[in-house]
Amino acid sequence: MTPTDNPLESFDIDYAPALESTAVIDIADSYGHFINGVFVEPSSGVTFPTVNPATETHLADIADGSPEDVDRAVTAARTAFEGPWGQMTGSERGRYLFRIARQLQERSREFAVLETMDGGKPIKESRDLDLPLSAAWFFYYAGWTDKLEYAFPNRTVAPHGVVGQIVPWNFPLMMAAWKLAPALAAGNTVVLKPAETTPLTALLLADVLCDVDLPPGVVNIVTGAGGTGAAIVDHPGIDKLAFTGSTEVGKTIQRVASTRRIPLTLELGGKAAHIVFEDSAFDQAVEGVVTGIYSNQGHVCCAGSRLLVEESIAEHFVERVRRRISTLRLGNPLDKNTDVGAINSADQLQRITDMVATGVAEGADLYQPECELPDKGFWFPPTVFTGVQQSHTVAREEIFGPVLTVQTFRTAEEAVEKANNTPYGLSAGIWTEKGSKILWMAEKLRAGVVWANTYNRFDPASPFGGYKESGFGREGGLHGLAPYLREQTSGAGGSA
Amino acid sequence: MMNSTAFLPTTDGGSVRTTPVDAVALEARAAALCTRSIKTTSKRAALHTTIRCIDLTTLEGIDTPGKVASLCQKAIRPDPANPTIPSVAAVCVYPEMVEHAVTSVSGTTVVVASVAGAFPAGMSTPAVRVADIADAVGRGAGEIDIVLNRSAFMSGDLRRAYDEIVAAKEACGTAHLKVILETGELGSYEQVRRASMLAMAAGADFIKTSTGKIPKAATHPMVLNMAEAIRDYADQTGVIVGLKGAGGIRTAKQAWHHLVIVGETLGSDWLTPERFRLGASSLLNDVLMQIQKLDTGHYSGPNYVTVD
Repeated sequence: MTPTDNPLESFDIDYAPALESTAVIDIADSYGHFINGVFVEPSSGVTFPTVNPATETHLADIADGSPEDVDRAVTAARTAFEGPWGQMTGSERGRYLFRIARQLQERSREFAVLETMDGGKPIKESRDLDLPLSAAWFFYYAGWTDKLEYAFPNRTVAPHGVVGQIVPWNFPLMMAAWKLAPALAAGNTVVLKPAETTPLTALLLADVLCDVDLPPGVVNIVTGAGGTGAAIVDHPGIDKLAFTGSTEVGKTIQRVASTRRIPLTLELGGKAAHIVFEDSAFDQAVEGVVTGIYSNQGHVCCAGSRLLVEESIAEHFVERVRRRISTLRLGNPLDKNTDVGAINSADQLQRITDMVATGVAEGADLYQPECELPDKGFWFPPTVFTGVQQSHTVAREEIFGPVLTVQTFRTAEEAVEKANNTPYGLSAGIWTEKGSKILWMAEKLRAGVVWANTYNRFDPASPFGGYKESGFGREGGLHGLAPYLREQTSGAGGSA
Repeated sequence: MMNSTAFLPTTDGGSVRTTPVDAVALEARAAALCTRSIKTTSKRAALHTTIRCIDLTTLEGIDTPGKVASLCQKAIRPDPANPTIPSVAAVCVYPEMVEHAVTSVSGTTVVVASVAGAFPAGMSTPAVRVADIADAVGRGAGEIDIVLNRSAFMSGDLRRAYDEIVAAKEACGTAHLKVILETGELGSYEQVRRASMLAMAAGADFIKTSTGKIPKAATHPMVLNMAEAIRDYADQTGVIVGLKGAGGIRTAKQAWHHLVIVGETLGSDWLTPERFRLGASSLLNDVLMQIQKLDTGHYSGPNYVTVD
């Protein structure tokens, strides 16, 4: 007798739920600011909620930092800079950075789950990208702490003092790590403000800083929205500013910083061209384009939001992109198989919705796969616009959402011209199997980062940053360390 | 030598186009698919589907009728204690063992597949290889696994490699033809992509990774690469070709990630024995142990599944 098959036991790609457990995390009802090594009550008592964008559930009440709170933080940072941190040798500082890196690795699951709950990104991304890179940044810069004289030969360098850092909501912990690690490695102390919609992992990082016995005041974390950020930017005790976020806010910060003549680095928006040639590795190019725009729901400043594809393969390529995005799994970000998570906030969802409506109104052709959106939370389906002209709003303005525009080109020159025809200049991607074409294109593209046959790859040793309205200054590598140091005119004694 | 986007002829006088392959990005995509978390009902379904798609294989110089009879019994009823476990798709043996296998599986759903055409190197003359195939079919093999003529393919004589598959297909009659590319010998993913298109264009019903006789075999990126070639071929011609991974697949987890790769590349439609096979010998017992674990909540051990 032959056993009969049970048709219910047929495997398909509608995988059963595989939820990451939330038992590892412990969120307090409310949080104060982390100043001088302890959590302190905010001066004003004004709070705002942080919610899980996938469910709209309330996670915690967050203190809205006032100018008084910022002042306390700057004072603590100044004291630490003039005290223990400033006296330390580089190798001693390095030990703290190594400890932070190791703690991030050891507690990575906890951080990843919290990042996903607070920000809406898929757990596989917070687990496989945000956390490993955050730890890697601390490891990398820990190694430079006692080698500054080799890093900048024949120059005597010194830290600026108190650094103000304002980080965005798309990679909350990772952006904090990108900023903190080089600042601390160089010997500065920091006042950090996480984004108002995603403060929780920065506040958990405070826990790590305590665990590694970082001297009080070396890192201070003040939560809040734009007003708190402005208080940091305006504070006369800040010696250097670093900001990652929108171009609009970046311009305001630059205006203020220029009046005080303090050094500034800005990492702002982007509208990256992703250029695909006929002779590219077709399937890998499709995959690269899709992950280049839809990972992290398109909340990526260097996202490849403008596809420029050679006309001879355009129809087939776009068809394949459409087919591929119909297999993206949108849903519960805590499910280990989720590819596309929740939009970070109601505000951002509104902005994306408005931009897409503008695209339709201006005559671009909209495609969205059939895709069930959860009832609760902030969601937007992966979207492709074809028939896009260079003059369309969706091809010019940063959407910061899962929206790809498609344009075609006939020659490499035309591709370069269209790619560069934007106020931004953060990143670009090239897909071709012809090496000489990659080199030719990379020379001509006005973008801080040009990826070839890959996209959105980061490494702490590799500088990242933009041209034009995408900002200035670099993060990563020695290029990312330099902005946190100033050149001294006299070597001995350290005259300011 | 062909350029990177060369055209290959099809048997109906048309042509198909092949594409370059970027190894780094291909491997990254395969690694991403291998992070899929397969739990509870999906895991059980994956284990059952794996069993249904197995070509249970013995290809040893010391194979005997007794050994083959035992293999066939295992193929029909993998777990004697559990009648809900399905039969495997096929048993895969040398031509000399075909008749014994046919007798053993008679009256069941299990098919007899035979390697033929001077397996595993294929380095015999064309007439001998075709005769080997016809002989195996004559003895009752329903499926024939041959090797690509890598000598012709690697020396650039694509026409000869192609014509020999056409001849093999003819010798098969109604038997299904699986063409083994022996991917570990072809040197690059891109060459495998070309060989896949060539074999499909020449009439292969299945393309298969490996003989199992060399170390580099059915890796996840290689199966992804061939699944993408099958998708391309279906897009360009409308013809559906099956995929068989063979060699080095020993654990249930490896197997379900192959299912994930094929399912997410070609669709769930491909996850049936008509379109997907895993050639393996030790894999079956690991799958059975995983099913026992799901049923009882604890791992048993190799003594709680039959060795053959």
